[in-house]
Amino acid sequence: MKKIIIALLTLVPTLVLAAGGGAPLDHANNDITDKESLRNGAATYMNNCLGCHQLQYQRYNRTFTDLEIDEKEGIETLMFTGEKVGDHITNTMPEKEAAAFFGAAPPDLTLVTRFRSSDWLYTYLRSFYADSARPFGVNNAVFKDVGMPHVFQQLQGVQELTADAKAMLQSDKVRPLTSADLVLTQPGDLTPAEYDVVVRDLVNFLEYTGEPSKVERHRLGYWVLGFLVILFIFSYLLKKEYWRDVH
Amino acid sequence: MSNAPVNNGRRRFLTAATSVVGGVGVVGAAVPFIASWNPSAKAKAAGAPVEVNISKIATGQLIRAEYRGKPVYIVRRGKDIIDGLSGHDDLLRDPASEEAQQPSYATNPHRSINPEYLVAEGVCTHLGCAPTYQKGDFAEQVEGVDYGFFCPCHGSKFDMAGRVFAGVPAPLNLVVPEHSFPSEGTLLIGIGQGDA
Amino acid sequence: MFANLMAWFDARLPVTDAWNKHLAQYPAPKNFNFWYFFGSLAMLVLVNQIVTGIWLTMNYEPSGDGAFASVEYIMRDVDYGWLLRYMHSTGASAFFIVVYLHMYRGLMYGSYQKPRELLWIFGMLIYLVLMAEAFMGYLLPWGNMSFWGAQVIISLFGAIPVIGDDLTTWIRGDYVISGATLNRFFALHVIALPLVLVILVFLHILALHEVGSNNPEGTNIKKKKGSVPEEEKSKFTFHKAYTDKYDIVDAIPFHPYYSVKDIMGVVGFLILFCWVMFFAPEGGGYFLEAPNFTPANGLKTPEHIVPVWYFGPFYTILRVIPDKLLGMLGMFAAIGMLFALPWFDRGTVKSFKFRSKWHLFNLVQFTICFIVLGVLGTMPASELANLIGRIATLGYFGFFIALWFYSKNEQTKPVPERVSK
Repeated sequence: MKKIIIALLTLVPTLVLAAGGGAPLDHANNDITDKESLRNGAATYMNNCLGCHQLQYQRYNRTFTDLEIDEKEGIETLMFTGEKVGDHITNTMPEKEAAAFFGAAPPDLTLVTRFRSSDWLYTYLRSFYADSARPFGVNNAVFKDVGMPHVFQQLQGVQELTADAKAMLQSDKVRPLTSADLVLTQPGDLTPAEYDVVVRDLVNFLEYTGEPSKVERHRLGYWVLGFLVILFIFSYLLKKEYWRDVH
Repeated sequence: MSNAPVNNGRRRFLTAATSVVGGVGVVGAAVPFIASWNPSAKAKAAGAPVEVNISKIATGQLIRAEYRGKPVYIVRRGKDIIDGLSGHDDLLRDPASEEAQQPSYATNPHRSINPEYLVAEGVCTHLGCAPTYQKGDFAEQVEGVDYGFFCPCHGSKFDMAGRVFAGVPAPLNLVVPEHSFPSEGTLLIGIGQGDA
Repeated sequence: MFANLMAWFDARLPVTDAWNKHLAQYPAPKNFNFWYFFGSLAMLVLVNQIVTGIWLTMNYEPSGDGAFASVEYIMRDVDYGWLLRYMHSTGASAFFIVVYLHMYRGLMYGSYQKPRELLWIFGMLIYLVLMAEAFMGYLLPWGNMSFWGAQVIISLFGAIPVIGDDLTTWIRGDYVISGATLNRFFALHVIALPLVLVILVFLHILALHEVGSNNPEGTNIKKKKGSVPEEEKSKFTFHKAYTDKYDIVDAIPFHPYYSVKDIMGVVGFLILFCWVMFFAPEGGGYFLEAPNFTPANGLKTPEHIVPVWYFGPFYTILRVIPDKLLGMLGMFAAIGMLFALPWFDRGTVKSFKFRSKWHLFNLVQFTICFIVLGVLGTMPASELANLIGRIATLGYFGFFIALWFYSKNEQTKPVPERVSK
């Protein structure tokens, strides 16, 4: 029996590896317990993203509570659309006209990190590059021909494909682009390191909105597992005690 | 079966200990199921305090607001109404508002924070109908009292502080909800004076 | 006081008798191993699914417009709604893990053989209903993978000649998957199928207690009445329903011995279950799939439409057969083979331990093929995957065919009369 199991266990990983794919992503390394980072991310979101992208499942007051933002301060500094504090974070962009303008309606981003992953979003926001063939003059290394303009161009500056990457795209061995294929040609208001922090905080905030109970889930999980281990010890001793009867 | 004597004490102890710890687990597991019946964030948002602009209410006028699905009557009482409140205590069931139908800060003869404004739920304490405001012609219900509320369903009568008259089906005074005046001309229903 | 109350009930309903017959004086072989935990665990997960399912319906909204948002409402706005939802979604995958291991136990130890054929059939019916239950439940979150997964599976019925197209339209209640489909799946998922499931589980256990449990050695613990000397018989007290007919050897009462053992198993299982539920409820993208975090969209197909992992083996069989109708027939035949297993196996020795090398080899190759089929089912199709899938499909069906041939005159080892110490 053991031999069978071992044989199977050695087989599984090779198949799983074969299933992998897609371009390598940069690691966001964000921390959803870092409230300061989450607050910065929330401010970045409300000021730059909410105009087009709603968070229609997330409420303002829940966000303020979880991020430890004083409600009055939150209403003054983070709420621009005249909603009530208990409302969802939405905008008033008409979907049809937006779809006509951008090619597709800007998606809701409440769950974007669960749909795409935090690493993907982190890489995506740092991987715009100049491409005059596109309507907004930018393309993206991990989201080819994306309809979204580079909202943070002022902050990040302008990136372009490296000469090697351009050559690769012309050759017959085309592989998916990564952020390593880009080079900064016009510096923006922030240094690359500063820009990475802005993006990381934003990604962190969106990982939070993807599952606001995540921190609570982990916290509760430790307690439950600790309790179950204790219960297991008792149930093991009980079983052993009874089974002394069985020969 | 066993040749060794069965250690009954140990067995009983382990059975009890496992049961107790397991019982704690069952109680713990019940918590999410019970807690999920609390009002959700959506219900709480819908039941959030309501702000009402009262700066434009004329003397003697009633306006309605909605708070947690119930109508709230707001009446600006003139001097004649306020003075009239003390004239018919002997006709009332609970003239001193001893029943807890109002927050403590409204337990006074006019049942409000500011004598000028009555804030009360427009829900008859008998069976929940909405009483009608009878402005100036309430004397046909109670002789000598010109203003009051009359419930068309079963004839219950309330005065201009929402106090119920004796001898009608409604057992209690109208409910005064938590309310406060955060600024001049603004009434906030749902948050009491001194809270917030 | 308590004795009086019990006497009052016993005079009206055989409570004490049933307790003794099925638990406190039920003879269970004393040599159950690790594999015997999964029956009680399946029961635990069933209860979990039913209870959390009831609680989820309290806030879920079965409509095309509201379903996706109502799941997020449960995840965010309802107190502990996230926990109830994860208990249910993790429980769905746990159910199949437990049931697959439970079935595999039966396969290894020949628990489907005479006289347990009906017990096996009930078990297979449970498995079949469970798959229908899971398939319909998977549509309810109304994510994009829910939508397209259902789209693909329902389209299968379109392969049936003549009536296929009308049949798929009838199942959907619309020309595409829509709120109408969602509503009927919801009704079946929360009421009809659970009811059937509970009845089948009841029959499964009743049939088990009629024929008695098998064990890893495949020995018989019920000997002919009067054939066993007194000192050889089990020293425990068993219900007269068993002792009147048989001499019982190598058995212990289910309660307390296996009840305390199963409690230990349950707690051990809960540690693994809670680990996944609290720290990786997505199950690496297999329990909750990433494309399902975006609402159903009939105009936008996910990159790879793959079924949930537990349908993997059958989905691969469907996919590697290069004809739509034959593929569907192949898939249903694969399940049909399992139903007929008691008749494919013409042997009388139950446990693989005492059967031929051929049988061991066959069992191993079947296990590998089943797992390979399962893994392929969650991967995008490719030339190589199709080739491997075809070989594994042959291995899957080959298991039953080969079994039928060699089991007739199989070289087996002698089965011990008694459970070895």
